[in-house]
Amino acid sequence: MVDSQIVLNGQTIAYTCYAFVIILLMGWFGINITRSGRGNKTGKALFYSFVSMLVVLGVSLHIVTYNTIPWAPMDINRANIKPDKTFAIEVANHEFRLPTEKLTINAGEKVLFYVTSLDLTYGFGLFRSDNSMVFQMQVVPGHRNDILWQFDKPGVYTIRSTEYSGPKGTQMILKDVVEVL
Amino acid sequence: MNGEQGLFKPSGLTPMQKLILRFVVVGLIYYGFAVIEGMIMRIYQIEPINAVPDYQYFAILTAHPLVGIFGSTYSLVFGAFLFLVPFLMKKPLWSYKLGNWTFLLIAIGTLVFWLAGFITHYAPLYTLYWPLPADFTQFNPLGGTFFVAGIALVMLGTVFFVINIFKTITYTPEGWQQQPGKELLKSALGITGFKNLFRRKQEEHLVSLPVAAIARGTVDTALNAGIILFTGVLILIYMIGHLMGFDLKESAVDSLLYKNWFWWGLDLIADGMVLIFVAGTWYLLAMLISGKNLFMQNIARAALLVELIVSWTVWSHHLLSDQAQPGILKIVSGELVTAFELITQGLAFFITLATLWSARPLKMSNELKFLLGGLLGFALAVPAGIMQADIGLNRILHNTQWIVGPHVHVAVLVGLTMTLYSAVYILFPIVTNGAKLYSQKLANFHFWAHLTGGIGMGAFMGMAGLEGMLRRTIYLHGEYQIYMILAGLSGLLLLLGFLAFFFNIVMSVGINGVIGIFLPSRLDVKELVPEAK
Repeated sequence: MVDSQIVLNGQTIAYTCYAFVIILLMGWFGINITRSGRGNKTGKALFYSFVSMLVVLGVSLHIVTYNTIPWAPMDINRANIKPDKTFAIEVANHEFRLPTEKLTINAGEKVLFYVTSLDLTYGFGLFRSDNSMVFQMQVVPGHRNDILWQFDKPGVYTIRSTEYSGPKGTQMILKDVVEVL
Repeated sequence: MNGEQGLFKPSGLTPMQKLILRFVVVGLIYYGFAVIEGMIMRIYQIEPINAVPDYQYFAILTAHPLVGIFGSTYSLVFGAFLFLVPFLMKKPLWSYKLGNWTFLLIAIGTLVFWLAGFITHYAPLYTLYWPLPADFTQFNPLGGTFFVAGIALVMLGTVFFVINIFKTITYTPEGWQQQPGKELLKSALGITGFKNLFRRKQEEHLVSLPVAAIARGTVDTALNAGIILFTGVLILIYMIGHLMGFDLKESAVDSLLYKNWFWWGLDLIADGMVLIFVAGTWYLLAMLISGKNLFMQNIARAALLVELIVSWTVWSHHLLSDQAQPGILKIVSGELVTAFELITQGLAFFITLATLWSARPLKMSNELKFLLGGLLGFALAVPAGIMQADIGLNRILHNTQWIVGPHVHVAVLVGLTMTLYSAVYILFPIVTNGAKLYSQKLANFHFWAHLTGGIGMGAFMGMAGLEGMLRRTIYLHGEYQIYMILAGLSGLLLLLGFLAFFFNIVMSVGINGVIGIFLPSRLDVKELVPEAK
């Protein structure tokens, strides 16, 4: 499965390019709106082309990501996919309770993290050693919170709550407890 | 003491002019609160401040958006619209007294919830994810009671605003020929325009486009007030029960259902009221600045109606990481309907630019430059939000600094606030009877400091978010220090820009002028601006 870092890099490049283009465009508009010139009237064809472009962009974004980000279809269909390993994790009193001291996974395995909250709404996220995020989900009390993930490469990961659950929640970090062999 | 060239004379202001100026003064003071709170948090993100314990930090984090939205934005927007609706419809406000109550309730309510948070550290954040607001092992129920009571006062003022807007649109002033109230309401809400789609003979629009935008945004404002009031009552029941010694079961309220309900209500502000009000304000500003009719006016009207309906159905984009949320809601509401915002907001962006373009060459006035800044803000912020409203990308972006930086802060600070500044600059001579701005250099500094500060802060927060920095937490070991220093410097620019603006306005109207705004007017409450003698 494609590493989430690659998707983030792609997004960074795409949005940065867009931001520069739109800032330059508004700068150009700001300069030229103060100058006289021909062509003050905006054609309807340009307007409808712009609207069509927005429609195409809005719809295609989700089609493209669904077909290129592997965890998106896996997430939607996770009820029909048999995991190679399941970890049942409980959260209560601002503490993660793991089934074992360390969660060990073999590279290539599909792993289901099944997290239950006994009190508040928390988050469940996995982070690399440089603090970048692998994935996260919300952990809502009284509901099933599960996420299926496939790790391709060996590595060590930290679990951290990604949702605010009061000031105590900032300490909800289990360092290097997930190991992919 | 008497302002620039002594031109501002508060004794000559009508009660309505004084009312809007009071809204502006209070809105700017609360904006100052939000900026100072923001700076404290910016410094805290660079390195936690020992003098501010973590529970105080989260109390500030709870108050900051609420003071910014309710205390500042609601004051500025409600004040402006209570003036503009009668101004555009050329009739008096339905009830000046109710307008005054809106002003008082928002000003006092904001102070009450801000003080409750400051003193008791009630800090469930504005999202109030159940059962956190009723977790009395972490929060003081008495402080929470005052906090909720303050919010309730703001909502009551909001309800009065809603009543005043719709009554002003539909009522018949004394001595006037009977007004077609129902038809005016239909036109304002877009029902006339919708029916026109299926009729050969088109019915005329009885209200102007800006008034229609205000009316439709006000529908979302009303619904949101209802949701927040209901939620407040629910939380109050648990708080009062706890104070009286009853242990009410928190599990009686389903956390996911509550989250759906609450986000549905919050999105009526974020994705409804704000976008509709902003689009309507852009249209009005573009017409006033250019002196031309709006480009593609009928499409603009239709888009406002679409935006209203979209705002009722987009809330699931906040629950894409909630695994128990039904998949169909994630795809339809969270992804597809949300993508419509790219279209409706893109339309408003294009129509505004095309209208301005039709009148070039234009002088680069303060209102024009701030309007262009506001347009740029939304052009940057809306796509950043649309990217996160995607099942694939949300998995690696949710609750990071990405959403709160390039999306929320750029939308609010650059998009919304610069649009409001544009409105303030254009309304300034009208509501002050021709007062002169003290310094154009300060206005220019305000513009550039605000624009670069707002975009810079959003960008550096976003960069940290893409590298995994979470929102709503504290980093103790300088993990993202470089980004946070740069975001802090950008925040400082915002603060300096605001101080320059505030000083400029105070120097324009003078200290005596500011005091005079709060003294009663001797003129008739039905006059918007003084009648020419």
